[in-house]
Amino acid sequence: MRYLPHTEEEIQAMLQEVGVADLEGLFSTIPGDCRRDGDMPLPEPMTEWELNAHMDDLAARTAAAPQYRIFMGAGSYDHFIPSATSYLLSRSELMTAYTPYQPEISQGTLQAIFEYQTFVTRLLGLDVANASMYDGASGLAEALLMAIRVTRRKKVAVSSLINPLYRRVVRTYLEPTGYEIVELPYTAEGRTDFSALAGLDELAGVAVQSPNFLGCIEDLQAVSDTVHADKKTMMIACFSEPLAFGLLKSPGSQGADIACGEGQSFGIPRSFGGPGLGIFATRSKFVRNMPGRLVGQTVDREGRRGFVLTLSTREQHIRRERATSNICSNQGLCATNAIMYLSTLGGSGIRQLARLNRDKAEYLKGALARAGVRIPFGAPTFNEFVAGFPKGFDATWKKLLKKKIVAGLPLAPYYDDMADYYLLCATETCSREDMDLLVKEVTS
Amino acid sequence: MKETVGTHGLVFNEPLLWEKGAAGRNGFSMPPRDVPESPLDEALAGDGPDFPDLSEVDVVRHFTRLSQWNFGVDSGMYPLGSCTMKYNPKTNERQATLPGFTGAHPLLPAELCQGTLQLMYDLQEFLAAITGLPAVTVQPAAGSQGELTGMLIFAAYHKSKGKARHKILIPDTAHGTNPASAALCGFKAVAVASNERGVLSPETVAGLMDEDTAGIMITNPNTLGLFEENIHEVARIVHDKGGLVYGDGANMNAIMGIVDVSQLGVDVMHLNLHKTFSTPHGGGGPGSGPVCVTSELAPFLPVPRVVKTQKGYELSEDFPQSVGKLHAFYGNFGILIRAYSYILSMGAAGLKKATQLAVLNANYIKEKLKGDFHLPYDRPCMHECVFNDKNQEAYRVTTLDIAKRLMEYGFHPPTVYFPLVVHGAIMVEPTETECKQDIDAFIETMKAIAAEARENPKLLHEAPQITKVRRLDETLAARKPRLTG
Repeated sequence: MRYLPHTEEEIQAMLQEVGVADLEGLFSTIPGDCRRDGDMPLPEPMTEWELNAHMDDLAARTAAAPQYRIFMGAGSYDHFIPSATSYLLSRSELMTAYTPYQPEISQGTLQAIFEYQTFVTRLLGLDVANASMYDGASGLAEALLMAIRVTRRKKVAVSSLINPLYRRVVRTYLEPTGYEIVELPYTAEGRTDFSALAGLDELAGVAVQSPNFLGCIEDLQAVSDTVHADKKTMMIACFSEPLAFGLLKSPGSQGADIACGEGQSFGIPRSFGGPGLGIFATRSKFVRNMPGRLVGQTVDREGRRGFVLTLSTREQHIRRERATSNICSNQGLCATNAIMYLSTLGGSGIRQLARLNRDKAEYLKGALARAGVRIPFGAPTFNEFVAGFPKGFDATWKKLLKKKIVAGLPLAPYYDDMADYYLLCATETCSREDMDLLVKEVTS
Repeated sequence: MKETVGTHGLVFNEPLLWEKGAAGRNGFSMPPRDVPESPLDEALAGDGPDFPDLSEVDVVRHFTRLSQWNFGVDSGMYPLGSCTMKYNPKTNERQATLPGFTGAHPLLPAELCQGTLQLMYDLQEFLAAITGLPAVTVQPAAGSQGELTGMLIFAAYHKSKGKARHKILIPDTAHGTNPASAALCGFKAVAVASNERGVLSPETVAGLMDEDTAGIMITNPNTLGLFEENIHEVARIVHDKGGLVYGDGANMNAIMGIVDVSQLGVDVMHLNLHKTFSTPHGGGGPGSGPVCVTSELAPFLPVPRVVKTQKGYELSEDFPQSVGKLHAFYGNFGILIRAYSYILSMGAAGLKKATQLAVLNANYIKEKLKGDFHLPYDRPCMHECVFNDKNQEAYRVTTLDIAKRLMEYGFHPPTVYFPLVVHGAIMVEPTETECKQDIDAFIETMKAIAAEARENPKLLHEAPQITKVRRLDETLAARKPRLTG
């Protein structure tokens, strides 16, 4: 096997030094009744070339662009990824390193993460960002747990327009310890209805997503005014499409105490939902309650600038069960991927690209509306929106799969009152031609 | 000593991203606008972030230079204990970047993603075959989330038996994340001291185990690199009181093909695909932490689960006792592809051989170095061995000094000051992908450092001197945190 370098002679020489007769003899400390009988039932090994053929076959049995036109976002977005980004990411000094425990020989990872943290705070309008969380969903769960720690309260309110999959992860993280989760309803225009907050007190945090799961942009300033009526309660602004902040006001500037969400849009392939990137930022005063790793700037013995992992007294290897989180390995290379992508895009590029995404989706929305498709929610949207089709549209939707068109995500499985509602997405990868074709197909 | 691996070379300085570039520069090929502009409500529109404008060349040079300041497995030997820094095969990268995988949307109908679902299903079967535990989820995104999944399963199991339990036993030789994962489920961690042989004593466990204790979390082999030889008896004691046994599989590289985990009495075990199964660690993830369980605990696994029906592969939510979802979608699928490729490349015999050679390399290093470095537990080890700096104390040389000096010779240091049960620990895990010449060079270097400690300790105190930066002021970083630029 090409990954195992030992020759038979070397093995014999090494065994002799160790003082055992054969390789089996190395396992003498394992009691006989713990030993496996026989071989592990696995397939015969493949050569590199057999593996290529097998994997090509598996990959071919999955629908992907450009063969398929997929007008679906819902937490996983199709954006162009520059070759420079993918190429740089494959630099194996970055890819094959461990967590930077030895800073003198890990400055590449450390500076890249420091730059990532900085870009995240500038994008979200907050003071500090961590080195990443697993994904948008567990990031939101950790944000709510952080609000519970900071406020020492036990109840949180969560908008029902937060991605339903994220809300399920929140329940998994919060329910075993008995924290109460209240879901807030939504209004006819497709925004969260905060009037329900009036009857709730002692809230640790209120979480809202913008753009929300229906694609609608929430009025975060108004949310902040309502939530902060109780000065202790923390406002958590969640997102699944951070490209929107190239165009929209940042959550921090609108009063959010924590902003968290998914960063897959920043140059990371969809890859069937993972690996993605959990982005997490907050205000300086909360930094010691923040989960996850942090990179900080310092100096070396000669006074030169350098970077280290810092404030690790919050973390599990030191605080054990009193740690702010159990997260250890995070999504470091995905954060590196994001900073490579964002630096390629630059300040001018992110504005243009965000604007283009909004305009593409507006074009599609307008064209559908003109063709008689109902747009049920009136609030402004970014690159996703809901379309209401006539009863029985599911047959058309299925028929279009055969034509290699995925006409959005059916919302019926997620909301009881949304039969025949579909969540559609258009990014910079959709040409006007593709969108015109979609309009023609769904209305014919 | 012959020529060393580490040497000087031209390393470039490189500023922070916002210290370079110029407004109006462009590194992105912007798609043409083929739709009209749509105005946005001014109350919602913002100014956009303060990012620098850079050209493609600016970006490529920047990150290429940064990468040259880093040490990866591809640079040299990386004997970081408990992290299993084995070689990351390049074919795995080829497979993970196939357009059919990278372009797959996670919410496609099952009929359009049979390839990805089959891969997940088959990988679950492979991991079941490797551990002997029949039911598997590949959803957890890293080892710690695997531990959390395991603890959620413990809690759900006891709840299903009608009585919640509040404590969990965690040995002092277990992994550092275990107590924090247990705490997330509301369990109170009860520390279990290991005995003078570095392993668990059944009597100690029996004294602590009661009917309010959910079970025990065991790392086997433990973080001293020793096999928990009393695991059968420990498992019996825990099971007799209605508890469950959790196996932290971070050290699976020591026992693949040798041990059937289910025979040990382990009920739940997580694996680290970024350790045992060769996926790159990426400077801090993404990892993947699949969880394997007994058939009795299968109903509690996270959803959705991949099932095989007559129509093909599907995602099923139909498991009412499930602990729920841990990840927005199905976990780090891109990492699963790499582990799947590795298992198919190795086969059963290859994986077993990997374990044998990993254990051979560790024992060889232990035998060769125990005259120079103190070995607190002088017994046959598994895939890693733990020394400390006791022999160097007299020369005022510490584990940290030894680690820093190793860098100058071209080696990544071992894990230091862990496990906590060994004062000044130096935890060496060579892995099977290091050849005898490189292992010998490491041994020779460690011996040279031991000699330097006696004869010229200043060399160690001053190390490293040839790296991009020298020792960094961590106290300053923590006292005056500067977390953004």
